[in-house]
Amino acid sequence: MSKHDEKKITTLIVDDEDLARLVLRELIQTHPELVVVAECANGFEAVKAVAEHKPDLIYLDVQMPKLSGFDVLELIGTETAVIFVTAYDQYAMRAFEVHAVDYLLKPIGRERFEAALERAKSRLGEKIPLPPELAAAARPPKQFLERIVVRDGTRVTLIPVGKLDYVEAQDDYVALASEGKKHLKQQTIASLEACLDPDRFVRVHRSYVVNFERVARIEPYGKDSRLAILADGTRLPVSKTGYARLKTLLDQRT
Amino acid sequence: MHPLLTPINRYGIYLLAWTPLAGILIYLMAVPGKLGWLDATVLVVPLCLIYQFVCLSAWYTCRATPLRGSSFLRLRFTHLAAAVIISFLWIQVARLLAYAFSEFHSFRGLNERFAPQIPVLFGVGFLLYLLSVASHYVILAIEDSRLAEARTMETSILARDAELKALKAQVNPHFLFNSLNSISALTSLDPAKAREMCILLAEFLRMTLGLGEKTSVPLSEELSLLHRYLAIEKVRFGARLRMEEDLQELSSSIDLPPLLLQPLVENAITHGIANLPDGGTVRLSGHSHNGRVLLAIENTFDPDSSSMRKSGLGLKNVRNRLEARYGKDASIRVSSENGNFRVELSFPADAAEVQN
Repeated sequence: MSKHDEKKITTLIVDDEDLARLVLRELIQTHPELVVVAECANGFEAVKAVAEHKPDLIYLDVQMPKLSGFDVLELIGTETAVIFVTAYDQYAMRAFEVHAVDYLLKPIGRERFEAALERAKSRLGEKIPLPPELAAAARPPKQFLERIVVRDGTRVTLIPVGKLDYVEAQDDYVALASEGKKHLKQQTIASLEACLDPDRFVRVHRSYVVNFERVARIEPYGKDSRLAILADGTRLPVSKTGYARLKTLLDQRT
Repeated sequence: MHPLLTPINRYGIYLLAWTPLAGILIYLMAVPGKLGWLDATVLVVPLCLIYQFVCLSAWYTCRATPLRGSSFLRLRFTHLAAAVIISFLWIQVARLLAYAFSEFHSFRGLNERFAPQIPVLFGVGFLLYLLSVASHYVILAIEDSRLAEARTMETSILARDAELKALKAQVNPHFLFNSLNSISALTSLDPAKAREMCILLAEFLRMTLGLGEKTSVPLSEELSLLHRYLAIEKVRFGARLRMEEDLQELSSSIDLPPLLLQPLVENAITHGIANLPDGGTVRLSGHSHNGRVLLAIENTFDPDSSSMRKSGLGLKNVRNRLEARYGKDASIRVSSENGNFRVELSFPADAAEVQN
């Protein structure tokens, strides 16, 4: 099976439940053009398997331990066609509808399976990127990110937002400073900022978002700008509007 | 019915309030009016007795013209006109009375001596009636607020009842769809097991439906529901879900509110076990001590995940239901350390000790 046939579609199954993977495998087996290259029981395995096999198509369960289907999607990039699978998640289902993402509902019916597969096949060559706001759209309203997933090669790191000191924009990437280390992630600072609790994280500068609790003091610097000194001594530039945001938050808290 | 006439002791208080008013009127007639104490008293006492009753009629005009919803002009016109008419009628009665008294030897000429006091009496009657109007508005306001309070109380009780009913009948859709998916997988892999799972699910659903009506169930019944729930989840999670149970010391005849343990076990699985790639253990233990039942549900969980904290809603429901059933006699304690989450319930073993 490892031999790559040009007409074959390499497929990955990701679901934490044995029986759920079994259903998918059975349905897939009725299509000889689909070749299952690996089955993964969690998100970490999935990230590794994607790097290793570079599959054309992934059946990806939404609810999984540690890394959800959305986390996996964030980490593997958008090169692969993804068909999400979920039992019941009203917010995820709405997000899929809004963004026209293929998805299957458990228990999976054959007709629905065929339709999703046909659609996915027609998109295989196009490499239409999945919208980056999909994960945010699938979160229940007023719920913010609790941890950030970062990938370095095949190694996945989870950073709880409480341990995030600040975020620095670097071109198409953001550098996440946490516990003295910096983790790079391909994301814009604006889209990350939108996922963070505004009562805890402040955009102090065009290129910086800071964890409010880490700010030790603010010092004047130059004519219109200031410096935020963090608890560990890091100095971050604060713009005029950034200073206003910090002050608003401070007033709210006191 | 007029609020001052029932109950009867309220009417007594009303009459008592009139006594100083009558006293003042007697003084006005006797001293500045130069009628003499005896003349003033025989005239004023029956007049006041009549007038206190007449003043009660303000209740009806007040109710017909509520403060909120009537124009100020209309309010003023209604009550001023009523005051003028009623005090006019009142002085006619006073004149008749004075005339009748003057027929007696000892009160001869009372009607002539009384005549100059008629405008004073008219003024007093006018003011007394307006005072009565004001008092009636106060009474109406008090009654309104009391009614509103009773209504809010009633709705809050109704809401709580509805909430409890909804809680009992609640089956997590996620659980249901995942179970159906497991059955769908088993139909080809192991048809006998698929059938068994169908039956387990049907039994579980039937049991939860029947519980909506009951206020308490024997522990044995709650446990048999729990065992079905766990058996279904066991099929789904396989080796990832491990269970331990230590309830030998507990008499199965103990009563408890229905579906008290099930939401806690469901929390343990969905927020605990389901977040662990290698699974974990759900442990149910209990014993009775000094007429109290102590039950504990423990599970392993992922300390890095926030999911276990989200179990707060289910916990709150269980807490509310314990409180509704046992009042302050029940307690619930939640603790978590070293990746172990533990909920302890304690409540009276005796089902007769129902509070409320």
